[in-house]
Parts: sequence; C-alpha cells; structure tokens
Amino acid sequence: MNRAITNPNRAAGMGNAGIAALLSVLVMGLGQMYNRQWMKGIIFLLAELVSLYLIVTSLAYNLWGLVTLGEQSAHMEKIGRLYRNVPGDHSIFMMIYGLVALLYIGLLVCFYIANIKDAYRIGKRRERGEKVNNFRATWRLLGNQGFPYVLLTLPAIGVLVFTILPIIFMILMAFTNYSAPDHIPPKSLVDWVGLRTFTNLVTLEAWSHTFVGVFTWTIIWAVVATVTTYFGGILVALLIEQQGIKFKGFWRTLFILPYAIPQFISLLVMRNLLNYQFGPVNQYLRMMGLGGVPWLNDPFWAKVTVIMVNMWIGIPVSMILVLGVLTAIPRDLYEAAEVDGATGFQKFRNITMPFVLFQTAPILIMQFAGNINNFNVIFLLTNGLPANGDYAYAGSTDLLVTWLYKLTLDNQRYNFASAIGIIIFIIIAAFSLYNYRRSRSFKEEDMIQ
Amino acid sequence: MKQKRRFKLALSYVLLVLIALVCIYPALWIILSSFKVGDSLYSETLIPRQLTLEHYMDLFRSQSDKDLPYLKWYWNTLKIAVTSMVLGTLLQVLTAYAMSRFRFKGRQTMMSVILILGMFPGFMSMIAVYIILLQMNLLNSPWALVLVYTSGAALGMFVAKGFFDTIPRALEESALLDGASHSQIFRLIILPLSTPIMTYIAITTFTAAWVDFIFARLILRSRENWTLAVGLYELVSSYSSTEFTLFAAGSVLVALPITLLYMFLQRFLVHGLTAGATKG
Repeated sequence: MNRAITNPNRAAGMGNAGIAALLSVLVMGLGQMYNRQWMKGIIFLLAELVSLYLIVTSLAYNLWGLVTLGEQSAHMEKIGRLYRNVPGDHSIFMMIYGLVALLYIGLLVCFYIANIKDAYRIGKRRERGEKVNNFRATWRLLGNQGFPYVLLTLPAIGVLVFTILPIIFMILMAFTNYSAPDHIPPKSLVDWVGLRTFTNLVTLEAWSHTFVGVFTWTIIWAVVATVTTYFGGILVALLIEQQGIKFKGFWRTLFILPYAIPQFISLLVMRNLLNYQFGPVNQYLRMMGLGGVPWLNDPFWAKVTVIMVNMWIGIPVSMILVLGVLTAIPRDLYEAAEVDGATGFQKFRNITMPFVLFQTAPILIMQFAGNINNFNVIFLLTNGLPANGDYAYAGSTDLLVTWLYKLTLDNQRYNFASAIGIIIFIIIAAFSLYNYRRSRSFKEEDMIQ
Repeated sequence: MKQKRRFKLALSYVLLVLIALVCIYPALWIILSSFKVGDSLYSETLIPRQLTLEHYMDLFRSQSDKDLPYLKWYWNTLKIAVTSMVLGTLLQVLTAYAMSRFRFKGRQTMMSVILILGMFPGFMSMIAVYIILLQMNLLNSPWALVLVYTSGAALGMFVAKGFFDTIPRALEESALLDGASHSQIFRLIILPLSTPIMTYIAITTFTAAWVDFIFARLILRSRENWTLAVGLYELVSSYSSTEFTLFAAGSVLVALPITLLYMFLQRFLVHGLTAGATKG
C-alpha cells in the first residue's frame, strides 16, 4: 500500500486521473482504491454506504415531510367500536427533520465532489510518476495543512446545529401559516403559504398599523439612543481628559461602574427606582414640590425614560472607546495649533472631533445596529408597556425585537414573528454591509503584518 | 484669562461630581435598600434608620410561603457560567486563531457567514432550538444551556481575531523553521501572548451566561433547575411590590461578583473593547 507506483503506459487512452475520477463518480472511494489508497478508499466507501442506508430508511421520508409538511392532522378514527383520537403528522417536527436531511444531503454532495476531485488529483500525480501518499502520510498532511480545518470542526458543528439550522428554520417559518389559533401542531397541520404572511403584515389593518408604529419607534429609538450615548461618551471623555483635571484614573474608574454592574440587574433596579408611586426619584421630586413624573406609565415619558436609562448604561462604553482614541492623538497637533493661537473650541472642532469621529465611525454604525436589536433595555425596563390598545400584541415602547419575542413566546404567532425577524435582519444587514465595505481593516487585513 | 480658566475647571469638577452621583446612586440605593427593615419599596430616607441583615438570611433560609431555593440557583448559575466560560473561550480563541493565522479555502466565506449570522437577533431561533433540545432529550438540563451558549461562542470571534492579527507573523515563521508543530506554536507562543484578550473573552462569556435569562427561561423548566437570572426576574414580577427588600438583597448578591470582577479586571476589558472597535 505504500509502494511508489508509476505508470509506464500513459498514452493508452484515458490516463490514471480520468479513470480514478470516473470510478469515484460511480462509487465514492472506488477511485481512491484504484489509486491504491486503500484505507482512504474504504473510509469513503463506508461513508457512502452509511449515507445510502440513511437515505433509504429515513432521509427520503424526511425530505417528503419538508415538502408537504404532513398530510394527516390529528383526527378521530373508529377503532373497533370506539372512536379514538389518532395523532396526525406534526408539521413542525417534520420541517426540522426535513431540514436536517437537506443539510446532510448537501454536505454529502460537497463530500462527493471533493472525493471525485481527490481521485483526479491523485491520479494526475500517478501519471506524473510521483509517489502516492500512504494513509499515515495523508493523516500527517491533514494535521499540518488541514490544521485550520481541524481547529474549526468543533465550532462549525456547534454553529451549524444551534445557529444555522435554527435560523433557516426560522426563515422557512415565515412562509408558512404556523400561527395560533388555527395552525398549531399537533392538533392541526401547518402549510406553506408563500408570501402571504408578508402581505398580511402590510395589508391587514391591525398588523400594518402595529408594524408601522413599532418600526418607526424602533428607528427613532436606534438613532436617538446611538447619538446620545455616543456624544455623551465623547463629552464625558473630554471632561476627564481636560488639562488641569486631577485624579483622572479615579473619575474613569467611577464612571465605568454602570458598565460593570450586570445590565440585567441595573435595569430591574431602575424599574423600581422610577416607580411612579413609591420610587425614590418621584419621592424627591415631590419633596421639591414638583409632581411625580409617570416615568414608565405614560407612553411619551416611557420613551424618554428608556432613552435616558440607556444613556446611563451606554455612555461608559463610548467613554472607554473615546478615551482610547484621545490618547492616540499626536500632541504636536495641539501644540502647533496653540502656537497659531487657536482657541480651545477651535482645537476641539478642528483636531479632536475629526480624529475621534474618523476613528470611531465604524463603531457608531455597529452601535446603531446593536440598538435596533436592543432587547434588554426595553424588555427589562418597560416590557413594552404602557399598553397600546391600537397595537396587535405590542405596547408603546416595544421595539421590533421585543414584539417578535412577545409574538413567539406569549402569542404563538410564529409566522409573523419570523417575518419580522427577517425584516430586522434586512435592516441590520444593509447597515452592516455599508459599514463593512467602508472599514479598512477588512480590505487591508494582511497589511497590518 | 486665568480667572476664566479657573471658572471652567470648577464647572468641570461640578459636572464630574454630578455624573459620579448619577453613576453611583442606583447602586447605592439598592445596596442600602437591601439592609432596610421591612419589605416595602418606599423609604423615607436614603439611608435607612435601622439596618438589618435579615433579607440576606431570608434568601438562604427555606420558607414555607415562597419557593426560593436561592442557594441552589446560585450553585446552578455558577456551574453553568464556569463551564460555558471554559468551553466558550476555548472555542472562540481557536476559531479566531484559525481565521487569523491561516489562509485556507473557504476562509472568506466562513467569515462572511459569521458576520451575517451575527445580524440575526440571537433569540429569533428560539423555537427551533427548543425543538432540537426536546428531541435530544436535553430540556430542563443545565448542560443544554451550556451547549447553547458554547455552540454560539465561535460567532463572537472578531475581537480575538483582531488581536491575533497584530501578533507579528515572523514569530511563528521562525518557530516553524525550528521544527515546531502548529499546536506547539499555539500553546507556547500564541497563548502566552494573548492573556489580555483571553481574559476579556473569559469575563464576557462568563457574564453572558451569568445574566442570561432568555434561553435559561426557555430551557430550564423546573424551579430547582433555574439560574439566578431567571429566579430574580421571577422574583421581580411576582414579589417586587411586596418583597422589594428581598429582591434588593438578591440582586446585590448577583451583581457583586460580576461588578467586582469588572472593576478589578478593568484593564483587560478596556483593552478588549478598544481592540474590538478598531479592528471591527
């Protein structure tokens, strides 16, 4: 098996490479065996046999399930003299199994193509009269050149099963009628409905009204939340870095505190702090003779409150980032400006600000995208409340994400939730793509070296 | 001129003190509330007239009227967070290392896929994850939670990748010439150099598991399997108006380890944040 094999009669019709490739097309691993790579051939052959067995026994049925989503719903059937409840097809499970089957077959096809290519490549090597690797050498080669693949196998499997598969499933859900009250398995079947969910979202009065309202607020929220935390961070950073301020480290540490407290806790605490009746903030306001503010109970004030609380949480992060940038601004720029008699404000406008903006622009867009998906602040602080009677399953401060969450977990409107998820994705993808194309680090990745 | 300058400085100090107050106040308030006698949210003074440790003791005592296995929750959370931290950090660092140091087929595609996946709201796939775990017979198990946290860890690799990108490649090249294997290079050269970024990833994955309640609530069905985040959220929604001080004590104990960790390891966090920001 580890003998060097040369091929003297290369001229006779098809070369080794062609034959090996053709054999591999017929049966996986056959070409490898023809190339005298027995061990590899046997492994490939086994892979094909196992796959065939799986396809015959279950994968084919699962694929059928993915296409039809089941044909028999739960129903009563006469067994003997009694009517019994017979469980029908569970469309959602069928969909998941079908997806798994599809993924498996996809991977198999990739593997099959790789197998043909491999047979061809080794065959070519034999034609050239080179030595063919034995199994141990192949294995070592895999450990060496394939090292990144070895590293990535485990993470890739995890991501495939717990991220990619669920996301594809979620996307598919938007094209079905999987929704309470009429289409919840196992009681009833779910069917493919094409784009109807999306058109319903836009045309049905109750849904479109909610969608437009929640969408508008999501965008307003994302813009205001990003701008306030970003410029707040710049201001705080500049305040600390001013000439003449003492104990810079002390202030910095103090201001990082909101970032250090787990968001989850600080938000629940804030919720109590701003309680209309008993919260201390209103208590102080009343002591000063001002009426209490309905921080979380009035639709308008609730919106103001979430933005203010978000500033409390978000400014420290921006501050840290800006402080990092500020220390990198060359001192001589300022010195030159001072020689020319620039005022403090002019220095700020013409040196500091452009520098900071240029360095942190990508983060600004990233934070904007993050804020569109900012689930925690809304969910923990207001839970989307105060209620809004005009909305379908949403409150006044609900963002698209929290609406999605409520639609899924509380109301089982899975298809609408998925459609909203896809819309969120499109918005964020558009911004990120724009950001990504601009960012130098991607294009010039190798230039850092 | 000098006077104007002094005025500006004074104003700055006033602002700094004000911001400091705003930063500290919520934390101070919740800590003081946790020592307050009684159970109501309302308090006449900021500093309670009488201090008590009773609420902390209540958390660890079994009581007939409420089902609050706080100690059990703490232990569950610690177990889940530590395991996810170890496994998640490992996976994330390995992924980042592979993406940063090697040029292989499919690399660009993989990076784009990771980027795109990051744009979906994390819990959008909840239903599917739920069904998958149901089928694997893993629902209600803490290990399922670890599995979910860990399997997504690779997606957060960009910060670490940005860091690895800055380590000069000449280091490895000379090691390769000396006959070192890839795993030796990783263990003996790269790992020692990357303590700051490892610390950053470890803290953030630990915290993420410590405070997550979305997946935890979905997966952990029975009360005694809950984590602190789920338990506290429940405590707020069912008891907060009547048992506010108990909630306060509970939150202080949840927040304290993380806050202290963050304050002490600040250096690494700042490092990680800035590295992630400039490298994208």
